[in-house]
Amino acid sequence: MTASTVRTRRAVGAVAATATAALLLTGCVSNEPRESEDDAASGPVAVTENDEPGDEVVIGFSAPAADHGWMGAITSAAKAEAEKYEDVTLQVAEGTNDVNVQISQIEGFIDQGVDAIVLLPFDGAALTDVALEAMEAGIPVINVDREFTSPFAARATVLGDNYGMGVSAGTYICEQLGDNPDAVVAEIAGIDSLPLTQDRSQGFKDALDDCGLDVDARVAAEFTVESGEEQTANLLSAEPQIDAIWNHDDDQGVGVLAAIENAGRDEFFVVGGAGSANMMREIQDEESVVDATVIYPSTQAADGVKLARLVAQNKTVSDLASIGVPRTVQLYAPVVTADNVEEFLPIGFES
Amino acid sequence: MSQRSALMGPALRMGGLVLALVLLVVVGVATAGERFWSTGNLITVLSLAAVTGVVSIGMTFVITSGGIDLSVGAVVGLASVWASTLSTQYAAEDFGWWVIPLTALAVGLVAGLINGLLVAYGKMPAFMATLAMLAAARGLAEIIAGRRTQIVTVEPFFDVFQSRPLGVPAIVWIFVVVAAAGWFLLNRTTFGRRTVAVGGNPEASRLAGIKIKRHTLYLYGLAGLTAGIGAVILLARTTAGSSTHGTLLELDVIAAVVVGGTLLAGGRGTITGTVLGVLIFSTLTNVFVLNNLDSSVQAIAKGAIIVGAVLLQQWFAARERVTAT
Repeated sequence: MTASTVRTRRAVGAVAATATAALLLTGCVSNEPRESEDDAASGPVAVTENDEPGDEVVIGFSAPAADHGWMGAITSAAKAEAEKYEDVTLQVAEGTNDVNVQISQIEGFIDQGVDAIVLLPFDGAALTDVALEAMEAGIPVINVDREFTSPFAARATVLGDNYGMGVSAGTYICEQLGDNPDAVVAEIAGIDSLPLTQDRSQGFKDALDDCGLDVDARVAAEFTVESGEEQTANLLSAEPQIDAIWNHDDDQGVGVLAAIENAGRDEFFVVGGAGSANMMREIQDEESVVDATVIYPSTQAADGVKLARLVAQNKTVSDLASIGVPRTVQLYAPVVTADNVEEFLPIGFES
Repeated sequence: MSQRSALMGPALRMGGLVLALVLLVVVGVATAGERFWSTGNLITVLSLAAVTGVVSIGMTFVITSGGIDLSVGAVVGLASVWASTLSTQYAAEDFGWWVIPLTALAVGLVAGLINGLLVAYGKMPAFMATLAMLAAARGLAEIIAGRRTQIVTVEPFFDVFQSRPLGVPAIVWIFVVVAAAGWFLLNRTTFGRRTVAVGGNPEASRLAGIKIKRHTLYLYGLAGLTAGIGAVILLARTTAGSSTHGTLLELDVIAAVVVGGTLLAGGRGTITGTVLGVLIFSTLTNVFVLNNLDSSVQAIAKGAIIVGAVLLQQWFAARERVTAT
């Protein structure tokens, strides 16, 4: 009895020592690459006379927590855009998925009397009231990505095009498979309860309908690598022969590709969604099953910052004939393929 | 009479689980035929069960002892992130692929031992201590990873963990080995008997000379260790570490353990039941996907299975009490 306790104690001691050694071995938990390379991320640039320095403006910025690559890119692109202007001071509130915290951040901006607010709400409906408050206080609000429920709550709205993403993906697949009405098309959606997922799926279905195809198999993941892998593994098991797959989200796409590799399948091509740098590198690689991805711009908050600056400085958008910043800007969902990937790689986000 | 029911109880309970699994398999074959009953698909089901399965083995011990570990999912995330940072990957390139799994196991073990210290020596309720670890481990994982997906590029790691000895993926073998080791540890060793005793009657176990505090420490360490193994499997499957790995895994794991017949109150645990519980859930998911059914309906089915299993458990427990007296 005592002998066995001593033995266990020794065993446990040894295990604990090994564990500590292993953690020491990997040293600090650093993610610094060995040789650093400058990543000068800048997409196609059009310089206009609007970019000339104007009145000094303070812009408040609030967005959800950067818990996935796309959302991380949203905030960093907004910051990068603001840094290009010496007349803009961007006050970035800590990203949060708690609507109460986000509401208090906007209240803080109002108290402080900023010149404009760029707001990507965690939940559009929940942030509508406080946005109205800001507008009533004379602070223009630029609403990004997730719409408020009241048209009075924002001076301008920048939106991605979820339905359009589905249409772009579906149209691309139609072009590739158009002559084969029996082709098997599979869809790996994101979180099914979100309106954005429903819009993407509807657009995809409508575009496929147009060329006589339909979605033969559909699974919904959760925008995470793990769920993407799990759902895809099941999907591949369920469908022994697939011609094309559309995956809604490149962040979960890492898992999707892992599952495809694990299953050793390559009889189909994959179209991605959102536009991560990682997927674009897959597109460049001719061996990869990934042929294309559909952009959901991670630069839309950067657009919001640009518009907020124009509104606060009483300027107008230079390439439009009408006066005043437009009420709504809906961004295009282009398809990235091997032909144009070079052009899009700079705006691809690291997932 | 009472002796017969004592033997019949576990057999009946296990019979119920096997019946449920067979039922699912019949539904799978009836609705998807060849696509379900193919070697490839059965391997898919087992591979999908591997992460939940391995972590469930550790959880079975904790629950058997009357405890609970809510942190396993977050610890899986943390271990996957720590084992896939660039510095870990460089170390793996310099020293060998084993650095990655060893790091994951070490992170899991240390997190588990901290849980154990808090519960056993800090006298915190297990629910609160491990809830705190859940939050902290997830947060630390997010900080280390910078909320990015860390793609693993150490090829030798995949050569080992994506290999298929005898045509079966290595990760399934890991599940089998961990389950077998867990069964042996629970049913054939002093450690296992003490675990059951501590869960059944802590006061009596203390009087019988079991060092409850130290034993509790080991149990949470074990649960953390299995979470580390789970992280290795996830790394091998997804080729990436992420702070989102293992999100809500704790719920799937607890569900599988309890459906399997381990008493949530402690004092009785079964590894075979846990394995069956895990297989039931992963087969359920598979059958739903094969039939292209909505994932929301699947969530309802999962809920129904949990309720059914626990009601059945209580009914058996009540019957045993009646026959015993």
